[in-house]
Amino acid sequence: MTVTQDRAKERAVALRERAAKAAVARRNRWARRSLILPAMIYTILVTQIPFVITIWYSLQSWNLLRPGTRHFVGLSNYGAVFSQTGFRTAVVNTVGFTASAVLFSLAIGLVLAILLDQKFRGRAVVRTLLISPFLIMPVAGALLWKTTMFHPVFGIVNFVLKPFGVGTLDWASRFPMPTVITVAVWQWTPFMMIILLSGLQSQSTDILEAARVDGAGNWQIFRHLTLPHLRTYMELCVLLGSIFIVQTFDSIFIITQGGPGQATTNLPYFLYLQAFRRFEIGQAAALAIVTTIGTIIIATIALRVLSNLFKGEELEPR
Amino acid sequence: MSTVAERAPARAAQRTRGPDRFRVGRLLVPTLAWIAAIGFFFPVLWMFLTGFKQEADAFTSPPKLFFAPTMEQYRQIFSRDFAPFLINSATATVVSTLVVLLLAIPCAYGLAIKPVEKWRDVLFFFISTRFLPVVGAIVPIYVIARDAKLLDTVTALILLYTAMNMPIAVWMLRSFFMEVPTAIMEAARIDGATLRQELVRIVLPLVAPGIAATALICVIFAWNEFFFAVNLTSSRAATVPVFLVGFITSEGLFWARLSAAATMASLPVLLAGWIAQKQLVRGLTMGAVK
Repeated sequence: MTVTQDRAKERAVALRERAAKAAVARRNRWARRSLILPAMIYTILVTQIPFVITIWYSLQSWNLLRPGTRHFVGLSNYGAVFSQTGFRTAVVNTVGFTASAVLFSLAIGLVLAILLDQKFRGRAVVRTLLISPFLIMPVAGALLWKTTMFHPVFGIVNFVLKPFGVGTLDWASRFPMPTVITVAVWQWTPFMMIILLSGLQSQSTDILEAARVDGAGNWQIFRHLTLPHLRTYMELCVLLGSIFIVQTFDSIFIITQGGPGQATTNLPYFLYLQAFRRFEIGQAAALAIVTTIGTIIIATIALRVLSNLFKGEELEPR
Repeated sequence: MSTVAERAPARAAQRTRGPDRFRVGRLLVPTLAWIAAIGFFFPVLWMFLTGFKQEADAFTSPPKLFFAPTMEQYRQIFSRDFAPFLINSATATVVSTLVVLLLAIPCAYGLAIKPVEKWRDVLFFFISTRFLPVVGAIVPIYVIARDAKLLDTVTALILLYTAMNMPIAVWMLRSFFMEVPTAIMEAARIDGATLRQELVRIVLPLVAPGIAATALICVIFAWNEFFFAVNLTSSRAATVPVFLVGFITSEGLFWARLSAAATMASLPVLLAGWIAQKQLVRGLTMGAVK
């Protein structure tokens, strides 16, 4: 056998091996894709397609109560949305409601998380009791607050406040916004609390010990070690909290019906009125698009934070 | 640490006050924690108690803490056809959760064994769908459901709840899969196992607790869902939250009966959440916080 023949043979073998390897890799890639694709296709079909259709609907004048009048109107629905005073009120209400509910529940959640981070008797029970408002069906929670808690005559709130000179105050109509915010804070504080508690418990005890040995006081440790450590967790709380609380519908539907007047009408409730009370499909769709764009702006920031949390993850093949 | 060390002058004062503050703190923390816990839990407790009252005992000023308990309200609720609502809720919740797991387990696994090209994009695609407001899609969903004759059917709710929980399930499951040591999977692969065998025989048993936790989170969200239920169902497919709302508008204020119904409605998720509380945080933060 000549040397050249040998070389050719070797090359052929190498080529065949490479081809085989590539085939295996390709098969593996497809095996993996076939694991991922069903879930992805399903999600695209159910969540993305309706959204695209919403855009199409938003360009039409279309009321379900007047069949046959559907026609293309371009961007005029958007003009109508922005010129409605109801829309502007709803935006202001949504921002006010979301911001206060998020900040109050974050602050209270932080205090509770710090308490639960200490060791004391019955800690597990306290923790279990504290997460309960988040687990109660929101509709049930809202109904209970509306009736047994906030009722002007028979409600617990006025009973408790009686020594402070509060008579038969009708909270839902006199202070509608604080009322729905209170219910939201009650519901979302546990959410903030458990995230922050995880944050506190993930703190390295070595560093805390070292600081204590160096003579740092509780406040100093909290201010200079714990708070910076908690920053990421607080960001996560604020962003996830905002995304969920912006969409609040149940409690407003039940406690105030968006009123009195428009006092507690937020965007989801406003859209509900447009779509399912007046059946203005075109305008409701335009409103939905505007709301979604607003949310996307918040969500983009949220995703950036999440992706920072995941940056530490290794990219090695498994 | 330097920031702490810089505060040296404050140290001496701190140390003398130290033990005293420590003792106060020992009592302060549990007291505050218990007060907060009772405060936050009180509406839930009150709901539970009121459900066992006669209506006359529910409407009193001052509110009655002690009363002769009765099962009357629970009897009333069931004689009022609560069962169909319960069945609808249970069907929508259980079936959607099963479908979610069926689709999300392979997906999360595929994303956990890297590299799939652009795995990060896929992950963030999923989560972005959860961040879009449901109101953004409700209009066409309503119209499509109407045209497909799916209005007022549990099927429509199952389809939507599946999509609603998919991103959370994928993220959460992936975070559990990531914890399976690579060596175990490699050993399986060397023994000639295919991806599917590797997943079913080796990995799934290891992450069973994680799958249970994910299922619980899906159950919680599906069971409590109201927006789709109220807009897409009316009588045949209406779920428990819709029952609760119909209750108050049609019958005025029957607090005891309402409380009994609310207790029944909340109990499954309350128990599920208490059992899964260690895993709750992971589900709520899409697996980002453990």
